[in-house]
Amino acid sequence: MAKSISEIQDEIISEFSLLDGDMEMTVFYIMELGQKLPDMNPAEKTETNEVKGCQSKVWLTAKLESDKLFFAADSNTAITKGLVSLLVRIFNGQSPDGILNADLYFMHKIGMERFIGTQRSNGFAAMIKQMKLYALAFKTQQEVRS
Amino acid sequence: MSVATRVSLDIENIRKQFPVLHQKVNGRDLVYFDNAATNQKPEVVINTLTEYYKGYNANIHRGIHTLAEKATKAYEETRQLAKAFINAASEQEIIFVRGVTEAINLVAASYGKTFIQSGDEIIISGLEHHSNIVPWQFVCESKGAILKVINVTDSGELDLSHYKTLLTSRTKLVAVNHASNSLGTINPIKQIIDLAHAHGAVVLIDGAQAGAHLEIDVQALNCDFYCLSSHKMFGPTGTGILYGKKALLELMPPYQGGGEMIKTVTFEKTTYNDLPYKFEAGTPNIADVIAFGKAIEFINGLGKDAIAAHEHELLVYATEKVKTLPHVTIIGEAKEKVGVVSFTVEGIHPFDIGQMLDARGIAVRTGHHCTEPLMARFGIEGTVRASFSVYNTKGEVDQLIEGLDRIIKFMK
Repeated sequence: MAKSISEIQDEIISEFSLLDGDMEMTVFYIMELGQKLPDMNPAEKTETNEVKGCQSKVWLTAKLESDKLFFAADSNTAITKGLVSLLVRIFNGQSPDGILNADLYFMHKIGMERFIGTQRSNGFAAMIKQMKLYALAFKTQQEVRS
Repeated sequence: MSVATRVSLDIENIRKQFPVLHQKVNGRDLVYFDNAATNQKPEVVINTLTEYYKGYNANIHRGIHTLAEKATKAYEETRQLAKAFINAASEQEIIFVRGVTEAINLVAASYGKTFIQSGDEIIISGLEHHSNIVPWQFVCESKGAILKVINVTDSGELDLSHYKTLLTSRTKLVAVNHASNSLGTINPIKQIIDLAHAHGAVVLIDGAQAGAHLEIDVQALNCDFYCLSSHKMFGPTGTGILYGKKALLELMPPYQGGGEMIKTVTFEKTTYNDLPYKFEAGTPNIADVIAFGKAIEFINGLGKDAIAAHEHELLVYATEKVKTLPHVTIIGEAKEKVGVVSFTVEGIHPFDIGQMLDARGIAVRTGHHCTEPLMARFGIEGTVRASFSVYNTKGEVDQLIEGLDRIIKFMK
C-alpha cells in the first residue's frame, strides 16, 4: 500500500535526525538531494510553469494519473531544488484531498521552517501554495466530471 | 587621510558596545557582514530609546510643560548635531525624514512639482538604488520629463565622459549616490555637482552609504540636496535627514500637510510654517531622532577618519583573500570604494552561498540589492555582498573566506 504523506514526512525527519541539528550539514545535505532530482525538461521551464519568489526561481508541472497527482519540479538555486525534491517525494502519487489537507510539519523538524515563512526571497513557499492549487484544480475537475 | 594623523581604534572595546554582536547563530559566533543593509547599534543609542520613553516622553513643539520642553530640546539637539555633521550653514536646512527613500521622494514630489516641466531632463546613474530611480520615474511620468542614465564602466565606476554628453540646457536635476550600496564605488560627486551647476541643474546626493564611512561637507560640495539614513549610521530605523539649500527649500511647496507644518489654518486658506517645520508634518519619530543624535556623537567620538581607515583595511584584506578563491569574480573594482565586496561564484547561485554562509553564522546579503538595472548591466541576477563596519575584524573576514572555500569545494 502506498505510503501516506505523514509516513513519508516521518521518514524524512528520521533521515535528517542523523545530522544532529548541524545547520551546515543540513544545508549541504539538502543541496545534495537537489542534485539528485532530475533536471526538468528545458521546454517545460516556461513562464507559465514558473512559480515566482524573489531570488529563487521554481518551475512546477503537475498531472493527474488514476486519480493521483504527479509533479515535476526544478529550481535555479540548489537549496530550493533540494527542498522541492522533498515536496515531490511527499506529494507524488497522493490524492488531491491528501495534498490539500497536508500539514507540512517536517519543515520545522528539520530546521528549515524559515523557508515557509514570510521572506519574499522564498520560491519554496510559493511552490507549496502552487502544488495545493494544482490539487484543488484537479479535485474540482474530478467533481465536475462525476 | 594620512597614516600619521590616524588614530588607531580599539576594535575589541568598540565591539563590547554592541550587544547584538555577542550571540551564536547556528552554533557559531555571529559574523555580521550586512552593514550596507543596516548596521548595528551601540548601547548608548539603544539606552537612549528606553530613557526617553521612561523619562521624558512628550509631544514636541506643542506643549509648554516640563516634559515637552525636555523632549523638544533633545530633539532639536539632534538637528544641531546633524547640521554640524554635514557642515550645513543653517539648522533650517536640516529636515527630519524617515530615511533616504523618503528624502528623495520629498524632493521628487516637492521640487518636481514646481520646477520640473514637460521636456525637462533628469539625470541619474546606472549605479542607483531603486529609491533613487523610482521617485524620478514618477516625476517624469507625471510631468512628461525625460530620464537619462549615466553609464557604468566595467570596473563599476561612473563614466564621466558619458555624463558630460548627457548634460544639456534642459537638464534640471542630477541625482547620484555618494557611494554604491551594491559595489562600494565612491563617486566623484564634487565633479558631478560642478558640471551640473554649469548647466543650471540642481544636484541631489544619496548619502545612505556615506553617513557612517565618508566625510561629508555640504558647503564644500555645494550640493543642493543631501540625504542620510540613521539606521545605516548606528542609529535607529525610521529616521534620517534631508539637507537642502535654504533658498531652494523656501521655494519648494510642502510635501505632506498636517500639524506642525502650518502657521495658521482656516477652511479658506492655510499658511505654512517656516523651515524646517514646513516639511515636518505630524508628530515625528521623536525617540528615534534623539537616539540618532547619539549615533552621530558616537561616530564623532571615534572619528570618521579612524573608522574609514579601519574599514579600508578590511576591504583591502577581504578583497585580497576573496581573489585567492577559485571561480570567484569580484563585481565592482573601483579605485575608491567603501567597505563593500560584492562577488559571484561561477555555477553557484548567490542565494545558495548566502544560505550556506548563514548556516555557519555569517550574515551577508544576496541578490540584486535593490539595484536591478545595475545587475542587468553586468549580466548577472545578483551577487553575494559582504559589507563592513567599524566593529568587524580580520578574523571575521577569515571566517568568511573559510566558509566560501568549503562551499566552493562542496559544490564543485
